[in-house]
Amino acid sequence: MQTQRHLNGVRVAITGGTSGLGLALVNELRKRGADVAFVARTEARVAVVASEAAAHGIVGDVSNKNDIHRIALQATGMLGGVDVLVNNASDLGPIPLVPLGDTQCEEFERVLATNVLGPFRLTRALLGSLAASAREGRGSLVVNVSSDAAVSAYPQWGAYGASKAALAHMTRIWNEELSAQGVRFVAIDPGDMDTPMHAAALPDSDPATLKSPATAAHELAETICDLLPARAALRYAS
Amino acid sequence: MIAADQPVQRPRTARLLHIDEHGRMRHAPRSSLVELLQPGDLVIANDAATLPASLHGRHSRTKQTIEVRLAGKPSLATRDVQLFTAIVFGAGDHHMRTEDRPLPPAFNTGDALQLGELSARIEQTFDHPRLISLRFEATADELWRGLAAHGKPIQYAHLSEPLAMWDVWTAIASEPVAYEAPSAGFAIDWQMLSAFEQRGIHFATLTHAAGISSTGDAELDRRLPFDEPYRVPVATEQAIAAALCAGRRIVAIGTTVVRALEDSAAVYGSVAVGEGMAKLRLGAQTRLRVVDAILSGTHEPGTSHYDLLHAFADKAVLRRADAALNAAGYRTHEFGDSVLIERASSRYSCATRPPAGAGVFPEMQGLVARATPRILRGFSPPASAHVVQESDRLPPA
Repeated sequence: MQTQRHLNGVRVAITGGTSGLGLALVNELRKRGADVAFVARTEARVAVVASEAAAHGIVGDVSNKNDIHRIALQATGMLGGVDVLVNNASDLGPIPLVPLGDTQCEEFERVLATNVLGPFRLTRALLGSLAASAREGRGSLVVNVSSDAAVSAYPQWGAYGASKAALAHMTRIWNEELSAQGVRFVAIDPGDMDTPMHAAALPDSDPATLKSPATAAHELAETICDLLPARAALRYAS
Repeated sequence: MIAADQPVQRPRTARLLHIDEHGRMRHAPRSSLVELLQPGDLVIANDAATLPASLHGRHSRTKQTIEVRLAGKPSLATRDVQLFTAIVFGAGDHHMRTEDRPLPPAFNTGDALQLGELSARIEQTFDHPRLISLRFEATADELWRGLAAHGKPIQYAHLSEPLAMWDVWTAIASEPVAYEAPSAGFAIDWQMLSAFEQRGIHFATLTHAAGISSTGDAELDRRLPFDEPYRVPVATEQAIAAALCAGRRIVAIGTTVVRALEDSAAVYGSVAVGEGMAKLRLGAQTRLRVVDAILSGTHEPGTSHYDLLHAFADKAVLRRADAALNAAGYRTHEFGDSVLIERASSRYSCATRPPAGAGVFPEMQGLVARATPRILRGFSPPASAHVVQESDRLPPA
């Protein structure tokens, strides 16, 4: 059996932590010893996941400008700082999917608010913490969850695809601007997963052909281990 | 001076009065700060994020309306996260000058306070009706949730619009432990940090729980600043040691940084990694061990921040600076203009003065004669000289 790399003491904030990939990631990172704070909109779900995963639950909506600093305050306060931010919360847009020509402007705005502006604002609010972690040699990483829809022009995925393309490009620019400060940014496409969002987008697809969120979370955790500075003594200890 | 009444951290028109080590002054746009610093300088800022430390609520026994302003803490450690020192006002809000705010009801130890969803109990009362310590009856996570939902940044009457948290978080805001913004840091943005790097200026941070700047009561104000916990990261200790050995300047962004660094040096002989409690009151009598220059807001005479500037420049120079600030219409308070004060040359003893020309032949310093660590030479263990400076008038919460 392969050695599980640990993330003991690494402080991670995850948005969209009560379903799909986000939930799987909360569990995966907790299993690896990370201290996790997660954000989601529904108070009852947040309470359940916080208690089951022994993680810090934060009720908030990343698409709401007024929630951002409240989220940042709680994340940094509960964790004592943030080393890794995972911008995972996403809005698919109109369900069922429709062509751009039939997409309401308000729906597009909502998608951009959740998938682009939210990650921008939350990253900006947590940038001080992330840079502090980098200066202290803890490593510092922002993972933005992207999609193949950010690259390929899939009909009917207009709002989502355009927002994810914007997020991916913003990730590259953040990385150019802040790698000198030691904060790294990556956009990761976890692949087609068996999640509520995927079911909403493509209700007819066979779940058996899809990746499980747990597998995607494992891969993502491995990537986080790869990108943080080596702390073998800490992370291989079990 | 004119009160800066808009919460803009970096207005394009922000100005800076530069006072050099000989007391010479000149006006500059604050955006030119990078050019006023020297390659090799080590700039140290306070990266504390600001708590929404103002909580409106009710004193349960008398049903009276109160505003609690969290003001201090015995430690940064998370183990006692519920315990705070606080200043309490009666009815009213920030639109009323703090001097005019009514007193809170007379408190007894154990009294319950209801602050939004948060419940707290008075842990201790002191010799002033506005000063208490309180304990929140909540887990750490519940407390953060309650503060996020109900707390507002502490604010004074010169700003009429309610402050949002983004108004008071500096660009580098990290752990939320400050009660009021470490506002000298408003001058810093990411562009400036890049410019530092390009000019060979080093940058490091510490985290200092900046306390409240005014209580509205002259007697309480005289006790400010309260003891403030701070934490120095490993990288900062190393950067300071390297700068001291090489005789490079250390520039503090704000009074809280001076207080933390000088406290650490007074206790440990040099700035040491880890947590400490800043108790020193700095002023004209202080012989600085570490900091060579300070970027600060423009403070009004009579405040503890203003007193601290006397550790850098003599009274006559600061008086001239005041006149210059007033004549040129500088803006004051947390969103106002800035001063950059280099420590007066007379305020270096021979042992602590940076060696002239240090850094010109850095390679020689290791080979020919090791640069003298400034601190260790000047250090004597904490003795009576420091004891008289301690602000031990606030009983430990």
